[in-house]
Amino acid sequence: MNVAPKAGAFDRGAITRSWRRRHTFTSSLLTLLTWLVALLACVPLFSVLYMLIVKGGARLSFAVFTELPPVAFEPGGGFGNAIVGTGVMVGIAALLSVPVGILIAVYLAEFGRSSRIARVARFCIKTLTGMPSILAGVFAYAAVVLVTGGYSAPAGGVALALLMLPTVVLTAEESLRMVPQAMREAAYGIGCTPTQAVLRVVLPTAAPGALTGIMLAVARASGETAPLLFTALFSDYWINQLGTIELMEPTASLAVLIYNYSGMPFENQIELAWAASLVLVILVMLANGAGRLLGRNRTGMQ
Amino acid sequence: MATAETLVTTAFAKDTVIDCRLNSLHYGSFQAVRDSHVPVHKGHITGFIGPSGCGKSSVLRCFNRTNDLIPGFNFDGQVLFEGCDIYAADIDPVAIRRFIGMVFQQPNPFAMSIFDNVAFGLKINRYKGDIAARVEEALRQAALWDEVKDKLKRSGLSLSGGQQQRLCIARAIATSPTVLLMDEPCSALDPIATQRIEELMLELKERYTIALVTHNMQQARRVADNTAFMGVDIAGGRRTGYLVEFGSTDQVFEDPREALTREYLRGKFS
Repeated sequence: MNVAPKAGAFDRGAITRSWRRRHTFTSSLLTLLTWLVALLACVPLFSVLYMLIVKGGARLSFAVFTELPPVAFEPGGGFGNAIVGTGVMVGIAALLSVPVGILIAVYLAEFGRSSRIARVARFCIKTLTGMPSILAGVFAYAAVVLVTGGYSAPAGGVALALLMLPTVVLTAEESLRMVPQAMREAAYGIGCTPTQAVLRVVLPTAAPGALTGIMLAVARASGETAPLLFTALFSDYWINQLGTIELMEPTASLAVLIYNYSGMPFENQIELAWAASLVLVILVMLANGAGRLLGRNRTGMQ
Repeated sequence: MATAETLVTTAFAKDTVIDCRLNSLHYGSFQAVRDSHVPVHKGHITGFIGPSGCGKSSVLRCFNRTNDLIPGFNFDGQVLFEGCDIYAADIDPVAIRRFIGMVFQQPNPFAMSIFDNVAFGLKINRYKGDIAARVEEALRQAALWDEVKDKLKRSGLSLSGGQQQRLCIARAIATSPTVLLMDEPCSALDPIATQRIEELMLELKERYTIALVTHNMQQARRVADNTAFMGVDIAGGRRTGYLVEFGSTDQVFEDPREALTREYLRGKFS
């Protein structure tokens, strides 16, 4: 079915689509391949979720959120203290890493963009991104646990902050850079000082992007186990004992609870580990979702 | 070529608000503009025209030191604002920008509400009066009030391009600047929005002195009282702009003194 006329030395062939044509076949095959691989990317998350719901869903009840971990052979119990502990330590980590991280990003993106200090700092932060999380734990052990004389929630917070910092800095810097130069000119154009321009125009414009980064960092930090083993250890008790909040004591966390209980020979503890895993994954997914929601282009940044 | 002396003699007996005495303007090692002495007269619109790369925007950006934000910027000369050199060492560029407002090529409202966009400058300048009243006044002067009075809380970015530009004008005039710099304010707008802005400029010149950069010769012809025509030297691939001719718009367009101006107006090059 040769429709197209032959022009000169070219042999362009028919203009009708045919599966026998090699490029049509190749294109379709490759398109199918990318589609399959994209589908494959969803498999790990959904299989983990499926497994957790099957194994941990049954044990999920109101009690696991409100009760303390059981001792060996004791039935029932929960991990309320671990949820609180994870929240407290991630909160401490966020309080440490977010202000510092945002300030670093402001320097990198606004004031010292191509200065030598900025280049060195950027390199260090990027290297920190790849640092094994267990080293953050070892560092916090030496810097906080040994100095303060014991395992504690702040020690865990410092270790987690170290892991959150690069994500916070790099995403905040990126979103600051996305703020159009025209915005800065507009701010300076009506008489802003550099402080006013950054605080009142540039940072608010970049806020959604920076918030996404913060939530991603929170999500990552709440799942970390290794750094907490060295710093916060674990506790079978609530963080507020006898009416006072005992920050400077070993503190429970979901991740360490899962680590501890999954290796125990007791059915009840293993079930709790599964339920805790499910809760942790849901919390991480909520944090991720919140990050996406906040990062949506609500402000209509161009 | 017009020298500085002939320019001064052609300047009319009007108050000069800004007297630009630019000798050389560099970005790093690149000389962008040389020898451009232009006066901006009170209550007038001074238009800057010329081919692309002639540095007309660069010159305008010297008038409120917006160029300071560009790394490597280096200015040799003086810009006298009401007789005071704004490039003198003891001048605070932030303070200068509170007297000399600017409207940019791309409408650039802040990512905040229409009201806050206009109120922003007032708050920055610690305005003591009734902010809401001043915002309304500025929006009225910018011919935008009737279109936005019912949606002042909506984002400034929700407006059309022409409305955004008028919002930027309202934002700039809210703080009652002495001079309004407009850097190709219509180049991103459609013809109807452009016409509105041009009408607006003619109204605004009753209150504000305006310096206007435009790549549209006809726009300069329509609104400018005085026109500065800038040319460009191309040497070794580097373009250095300079002032060719300055005079009343009628004179520059009807009876240009320089052959280069005549050729440009006839469309021989752009």
